Amino acid sequence: MKPAPFEYRAPESLEAALDLMAEHGSEAKLLAGGQSLIPVMNFRLAQPAILVDLNRIEALDYLRPQDDGSLRIGGLTRLRQVERMADLPRHSALLAEALPWVAHPQIRNRSTVGGTLSHADPAAEVPAVCLVEGARFRLARKGGERWVPAADFFRGLFDTALEPDEILVEVELPAPRERTGTSFQEIARRHGDYAMAGVAASLRFASDGRIDEGSLVFLSVADTPLVASEASAMLAGEAPSESLFEAVARHAATAEVDPAGTIHATPDFTRHLVGVLTRRALAAAAKRANGEGETT
Amino acid sequence: MSDRHTVRVTVNGEPRVAETEARTLLSDFLRHDLGLTGTHVGCEHGVCGACTILFDGEPVRSCLLLAVQAEGRTIETVEGLAPDGRDHLHPLQEAFRETHGLQCGFCTPGFLMTLVPFLEENPDPTEHEIRMALSGNLCRCTGYQHIVDAVQLAAKKKTDEGGA
Repeated sequence: MKPAPFEYRAPESLEAALDLMAEHGSEAKLLAGGQSLIPVMNFRLAQPAILVDLNRIEALDYLRPQDDGSLRIGGLTRLRQVERMADLPRHSALLAEALPWVAHPQIRNRSTVGGTLSHADPAAEVPAVCLVEGARFRLARKGGERWVPAADFFRGLFDTALEPDEILVEVELPAPRERTGTSFQEIARRHGDYAMAGVAASLRFASDGRIDEGSLVFLSVADTPLVASEASAMLAGEAPSESLFEAVARHAATAEVDPAGTIHATPDFTRHLVGVLTRRALAAAAKRANGEGETT
Repeated sequence: MSDRHTVRVTVNGEPRVAETEARTLLSDFLRHDLGLTGTHVGCEHGVCGACTILFDGEPVRSCLLLAVQAEGRTIETVEGLAPDGRDHLHPLQEAFRETHGLQCGFCTPGFLMTLVPFLEENPDPTEHEIRMALSGNLCRCTGYQHIVDAVQLAAKKKTDEGGA
C-alpha cells in the first residue's frame, strides 16, 4: 500500500515553506509528524498534489519558557519532547497530565504540537487542553502573521481557522494562575486508543474558598472539542462540594453534550462516561487547587 | 512516478544509498530497496506496531514515514540487534526465546524495537509500565503475558549482571 503520487518538497526555512504555500495553497498539504496524514494518504483518502514537508525546519522546533511564566512551543516540536520537559508541570500541569494519553510513545515521537492542533481531530487531547488553558496560536502566512485564541480556532470536524496558505508556527500557553487546579480524564478501550470520551478541567478558587471560575472541555463527544459553557458557568461563585460536582456532571452529560455514538460507545454510554469523568475531574482539580497533591 | 529522490541513510551503522519515489513508505524502502525484510508491515496505517524501527534513536512506525524523510538520518532495524546471527542474540531476544515471548513471530521485530529503547530508559520497569510500553504493538498469538515475562527476565538479567 502506497500513497498516490505527489510532488515532494522539503523546505529548510519557514520563509521557503510559506512561499510554497502561497504559491500552491489548497493544492498542497503540510506534512508535520504525519501520524494522521500518512495513514489517510496510505488509504488514498487524501491525495495531495504537493506535499510540503516541514520536518527540515529546525527553527520551528523549540520549548521556550518566558519570564512571565508562560511557555512558547514551536509548531514542529514533538509531543514526546514536550512530555519530557522537566519543568512542564510548572507551566501546565494539565498538558503534562494529558500528553501520556496521546496515542503511544512511538506516535508521540513523531507527532507535533502544530500538527495535532491543525488536524483538529475531535478525539485529540491537546486541543482540549489548549482551550482550558486559554492558549493562543500564531499563524504565519507569506508576508504576515496573526494570533488566534484557541477559543476561535476550532471550527468543525477537522476544520480550523487556518487558511490554506497558513502554518501554525507557535503555541503560547499562558502562565499558570494562582489557586487553580486542573485535571485530565479519559476513557479508551485500550491505553493509547482514541478516547470514547475525555475531559480537561480547571477550577480557580477565590480567596474565600469559593470557586471563582470553572472550565470544562470535552473530547470525542462532538465534531470539535466541546466547550461546556453552561456546566462551567454553574461552578462560578459556588462552594466546592460533591453535590455541586454531581449536578454539574449531570448537566454536562444530559443537556450539554449530544454524542452521536460510535461502534464502541452508544450515545447513552458516552453520556454516562461524560458524567463519571466530569465528577472525577472536578474532584481532582479541587484537590490540586488546594494543594492536596496528586491523586492519579 | 516522476518525483524520484536519492536517499542516503545510515542503517544499522552502515551507510546506504538508494533511489526511490517520493511516495515510497520507509517500511517499503527498508524491505524492497534495502532488502531488510526483518521490519514487518501489518496494518500500514500506524495501528499494529509491526514496522517499528529506531529513527535517530527513537522508536517510530516506519509505515508512517516516507523514505525521503530519512535522508541523512540514522536508522536501526531488528537486523541490527544481532549482527552476528542467531548465536549472538540481543539479551532481549534471548529472553523472548526463553519465555516463549513469540509464537508466529510476525509482530516480534516491532516489539523488540519498541522494548529495547524502553528498557534502556527504564532498566527496572514494573509490570504496569511494561504493559503501557507495549500497548502500541499488537500480538495475536501470545496474549502478551509471555512478552511481559520476557521483558521482566531481560531486566532481571541485566540488573543481576550489573550488581554482580
